Amino acid sequence: MHLNRLTCHELVEMIRTESVTAEDVVEHVFRRIEEVESKVNAFISTFKDDALEKAREIDKKIRREGKVGPLTGIPVAVKDNICTRGKLTTCGSKMLSNYVPPYSATVIERIEAAGGIIIGKTNMDEFAMGNSTETSFFGCTRNPWDLARVPGGSSGGSAAALASDETVLALGSDTGGSVRCPASFCSVVGLKPTYGAVSRYGLVSYANSLEQIGPMAKDVLDCAILFSVISGHDPRDSTSAPRPPCDHTSALDGEIKGINVGVPREFFAAGVDEKVKKLVLDAVSVLEDLGATCEDTSISYLDYAVPTYYLIAMSEASSNLARFDGLRYGFRAKCEGDWNEVFSATRSEGFGEEVKRRILLGTFALSAGYYDKYYLKALKVRTLIKREFEKALAKFDVLVAPTMPILPFKIGEMVEDPLTMYMMDVDTVPVNLAGVPSISVPCGFADRLPVGLQIIGRFFEEWKVLKVAYAFQENTNFNLKKPEI
Amino acid sequence: MITKEVVEHIAWLARLKLSEEEKEKFARQLSKIIDYFNVISKVDTSNIEPTFHVLELYNVFREDKEVESLPQEIVVRSAHESEDGFIKAPKII
Repeated sequence: MHLNRLTCHELVEMIRTESVTAEDVVEHVFRRIEEVESKVNAFISTFKDDALEKAREIDKKIRREGKVGPLTGIPVAVKDNICTRGKLTTCGSKMLSNYVPPYSATVIERIEAAGGIIIGKTNMDEFAMGNSTETSFFGCTRNPWDLARVPGGSSGGSAAALASDETVLALGSDTGGSVRCPASFCSVVGLKPTYGAVSRYGLVSYANSLEQIGPMAKDVLDCAILFSVISGHDPRDSTSAPRPPCDHTSALDGEIKGINVGVPREFFAAGVDEKVKKLVLDAVSVLEDLGATCEDTSISYLDYAVPTYYLIAMSEASSNLARFDGLRYGFRAKCEGDWNEVFSATRSEGFGEEVKRRILLGTFALSAGYYDKYYLKALKVRTLIKREFEKALAKFDVLVAPTMPILPFKIGEMVEDPLTMYMMDVDTVPVNLAGVPSISVPCGFADRLPVGLQIIGRFFEEWKVLKVAYAFQENTNFNLKKPEI
Repeated sequence: MITKEVVEHIAWLARLKLSEEEKEKFARQLSKIIDYFNVISKVDTSNIEPTFHVLELYNVFREDKEVESLPQEIVVRSAHESEDGFIKAPKII
């Protein structure tokens, strides 16, 4: 049996009954990594020896105490913008290519306390800026469903590692779709939690007011299990919502009779591939067959979501990334000049092109004479978009839409056209502007490439989003199909 | 329209040293992107408050109690250059 192909809930049960050991599971995962990693390039670093040692400790503890936590012995791959104490955390950038954080993110502490084993750090677009994982300093990750195509991004490494069974669970981060886009492109499950549901302490900041760490998994139950572990208030993050951790798995019963589902037509507008549209509308029919009430609805201002999102994200990024000065940590250019010269040379050599582009645009939007016209204006349009979601979600339990308007594209196809790439985020960024939770769950294949269904919910109603996703999954089983690699 | 001179100015503000080719390329790309972003000027936002954050959280304080922080010698280990527990910076003036 290939243990690496199983889910967390299956494996924890096997580990609990001692039919397998945590060491077996970790060994299977690393055997798979050694087998396919040269093709997929999902990881920036892996920790085989440490992971095996941790697994053996866990096995001993189980024999001694007989107690098993929700993630006991489960391998977890972590996006490389989440700090892991004593382990390289590069953000996919030359700027942090030598950075070893002296502390761990809250989510890492919680995963380890629940018995999870961090097996490695996954590839990503540099500083999470992109939707293809092509902007990584460490080379792009390939989509396990078609190695000539992108896995989506920016958490492309985490999604590809799950799809190719190189891990059992994974963490991503989602600022404008970075968990949901690669989940959709790789046919795995990815949840963008409500803003404030998961601590951002130890997440390298890109755009603070938009981003959340999110669980990624091979099925909806695993996603709910990991979300239950990482969510809940953290005093070290002042934007963390004052809510205690709770179990988000109990609502997953396959029952969605009477749930009101809104289908906002703007999410299916021009630019959405007809094949994607068909599969998502088929998914709506499945929900109807299961007893949900589905109804056409509208979210106004959606045409303005992409520019609004990018203006805010880039402005926040230009301010956040000012911390990379080559002094306290990270890369430092060989330069003998004064402060400004060293600072500028370090940033010019340390940052890649997309990061520079966003810093420049953000600096422009915040600069004297343009602040009101771009940054402040975008924040006001954000208010209008947020209200639209609140209005729609007052009427409906959830909204459904395509996650990505298109199928995974070819590596290199878009790199010279940043604006076209930004526009592909049209169905994911509005959710971050509003701050509500949203999941991407596999909903079929077109031209043998995966398509994701996006389910958007009310503030802090992840349970309902997960419930609908679970009912859909249990009646379609697209998640069980694996790529041939 | 973002000219090469505008790119030079914002690159200076952001402390990014750009080559001549980069300046020209970014001027071209940024103009196209900003042109597209300009569509938001069409939205009527009179009497609309900006949303900086989606959660209504205000003044999050913790108790003024001493808590352990990372030891200095561990923190300076990440720095490019340090001396006697301090981080060494290039000259400022």
